[in-house]
Amino acid sequence: MSDLIRRDPRKEWIARNRLHPQHQDVLAEQGGGTKAFEWMGPNGVMRKNPHAVGFIGPNGVRRIDRSGAQQAAQTPGRSAETKDTRQRITIDQPAFMVAVVPDMAGGRLSSHDRDLLGLARQLADADPSQPGAVLAVVFGEHKETAFGEAGADRLLHLEGERFSGYLPELKVATLQGIEREVAPRFWLLPDSTLGGGELGRRLAARLGERPAAQVWQVENASASPTGWRCTARGAAGRDDIIRALPRVVLALAECADPVSETRHAAEPISLSQGLPDVLGRIEDLGEVAVDPASVSLAEAEFILSAGNGVKEWEGYHHAAEVLGATKGASRVAVDDGYMPRDRQVGATGTWVSARVYVAVGISGAIQHLQGIQSCEKVVAVNLDEGCDMVKRADLAVIGDASAVLAALVKRVEQYRAEQQENRNAA
Amino acid sequence: MPHNATSSTPGGLNVAVLVSIGRHPLTARTRRADQDARAVEMALTLDGASVSLIHAGQQEREHEEALRGYLGMGIDTVNLIQQCPQADVVPALADALRQGAPQLVLSGARAETNEASGVLPYLLAEALGWPIITNLAAVEKVEQGMATVLQALPRGKRRRLRIRLPAIATVDSSAPAARQSAFGPARRGALEHLDAASDIDEALAAWQVQPARKRPKRLKIVKSSSARDRFKAAAAKADGGGGQTLTDVTPEQGAEAIFKLLKEEGVLR
Ligand SMILES: Cc1cc2nc3c(=O)[nH]c(=O)nc-3n(C[C@H](O)[C@H](O)[C@H](O)COP(=O)(O)OP(=O)(O)OC[C@H]3O[C@@H](n4cnc5c(N)ncnc54)[C@H](O)[C@@H]3O)c2cc1C
Repeated sequence: MSDLIRRDPRKEWIARNRLHPQHQDVLAEQGGGTKAFEWMGPNGVMRKNPHAVGFIGPNGVRRIDRSGAQQAAQTPGRSAETKDTRQRITIDQPAFMVAVVPDMAGGRLSSHDRDLLGLARQLADADPSQPGAVLAVVFGEHKETAFGEAGADRLLHLEGERFSGYLPELKVATLQGIEREVAPRFWLLPDSTLGGGELGRRLAARLGERPAAQVWQVENASASPTGWRCTARGAAGRDDIIRALPRVVLALAECADPVSETRHAAEPISLSQGLPDVLGRIEDLGEVAVDPASVSLAEAEFILSAGNGVKEWEGYHHAAEVLGATKGASRVAVDDGYMPRDRQVGATGTWVSARVYVAVGISGAIQHLQGIQSCEKVVAVNLDEGCDMVKRADLAVIGDASAVLAALVKRVEQYRAEQQENRNAA
Repeated sequence: MPHNATSSTPGGLNVAVLVSIGRHPLTARTRRADQDARAVEMALTLDGASVSLIHAGQQEREHEEALRGYLGMGIDTVNLIQQCPQADVVPALADALRQGAPQLVLSGARAETNEASGVLPYLLAEALGWPIITNLAAVEKVEQGMATVLQALPRGKRRRLRIRLPAIATVDSSAPAARQSAFGPARRGALEHLDAASDIDEALAAWQVQPARKRPKRLKIVKSSSARDRFKAAAAKADGGGGQTLTDVTPEQGAEAIFKLLKEEGVLR
């Protein structure tokens, strides 16, 4: 059925006129059921007939169930399809540019990056007669598809072999090239330890701009030379410094709301000049293997956590070693003496921030779930399909913990062996 | 675990550490700055390195107390470059480093007082034309004008870098903690005063500094036209939303699914 709404003025009129002899029939027709109390109006707005709502209770009183159970039972004929109502915006001739260099931790825009793009949108859209465009500069490979949704009008993706690894000097030289070519009005970078915080300071030093670091608020201020004023944390978080917004801004997370109401073009652009050749004074020799057991729980990236459902502890410890995961535990596992106290995850233990959290035999009590709030991907292995951990999980496997762990160990060992073979062959 | 790096540079490695006045986060008393003290600690654990400490600031009783905190770590002198309170210390420090010509300059990532933006090491690196690295965790070895160092990454990881000297490196809380400051050496140590012209930092006058305000908490925004949906979203327990549940699978199939996710996320090494 086409989703074009066809109007029948006569039927609409009958539907409005409760005294019309055909009133009930028309309502039923429009509602798609026998007793319609809700139907889609001509403008896409839900219309309700309050007289048809509810049921007659045992004492002959009309009762209305507002929990939604009754409404859900009767689906109206034309359902309100959830359409993407976000406005599509393209800016062809921007008056100026606002450049954002997101961190892209794990190859995706982090929430910090999105906040920065939101801030960039504020700066770009302040004057509707002279709209600016937001340029996102991305180094290296990434997995992100939603730059437009996050608020970028232009996307400069610098890819290739040259941009993998730790290359702060090459990146700064590239940003300098962008500065020469695009001359953005503002440079916004996330003030994170590695990544934006470092790159932004390098860029500011190179451009000779005095940056504002640890910015958490940006407001309109006509008195300031840039038209904006920012509030930045200073003195190790003890002071607030209020000053004119400089050209290079290193902002904290939640400095602005992320873009949610509009979609942007994220049109790919490229630099007309080639990339600079930088003499490498800093050479990246690669990451060093660290013992996952020595990593503190709070900063571990990959945690294999065990709860009351784990019965074979030998197998669990072996699995953690094979996977290279940091070990965690629920309170019950700790109280029962299977795991040391410093491994407890949750409200009374450690608040973890792992990228992948595998919960084996953990039911997901609220005290435990609190501790894993900021984990990105949660995997649950549990026998009980209805438990809260399974609801929280991005991937839940219903099965016996020991069996699944043993199978996982086997699979990973097989993968390791394949890798070894490839390496030997190469 | 001391990371003792051996240097094969004849005459030993010349290390300069930039130190600042710290402030205790609770009592607000002046003290040796935590990150700077870690930088001093790292310099002291380098084998055969000659360590010199540089501070640019005012000669004040309170500041002197703080600087003696560094002396108490087993240092004989701190070079104090006299600057007036509103001075931009970058030119003075750059001059001092150019003259002292150290091979390695260590500093904290950011100060504990004033602007504390952490840009100073970068400005020095730019002014001197030296490379700079951040988050130094350990110096492994120094030879033939190159230093092999470990950089701390988030999540307890480390990255090995080789960097051409002379270079600047900043140290933060991932580096080994500083040793205690002993009272006797702190009294005996000397502050050597050096005079230098002060460049007044004019931008400071236009800034308004006030005690930090508490940041507003972001509320969960629910965009929905129906009140029922908004209420449900506000009252709902956090659920993964779109999570995938595998029931009635063999352990092998389950393991395969988990393995795929682990590989996608790149946590298997
Ligand atoms: C004040 C307070 C603070 C607390 N703080 C914390 C805290 O910080 N951290 C914390 O973790 N807890 C905390 N708790 C305890 C918390 O309420 C729960 O009791 C606890 O988290 C439950 O641990 P569990 O999930 O391991 O055990 P259970 O709730 O017993 O769950 C075991 C799960 O394993 C599954 N299972 C059983 N056998 C198997 C099998 N063979 N294979 C696979 N799955 C299996 C079951 O289906 C079940 O879902 C706190 C409690 C209180 C009162």
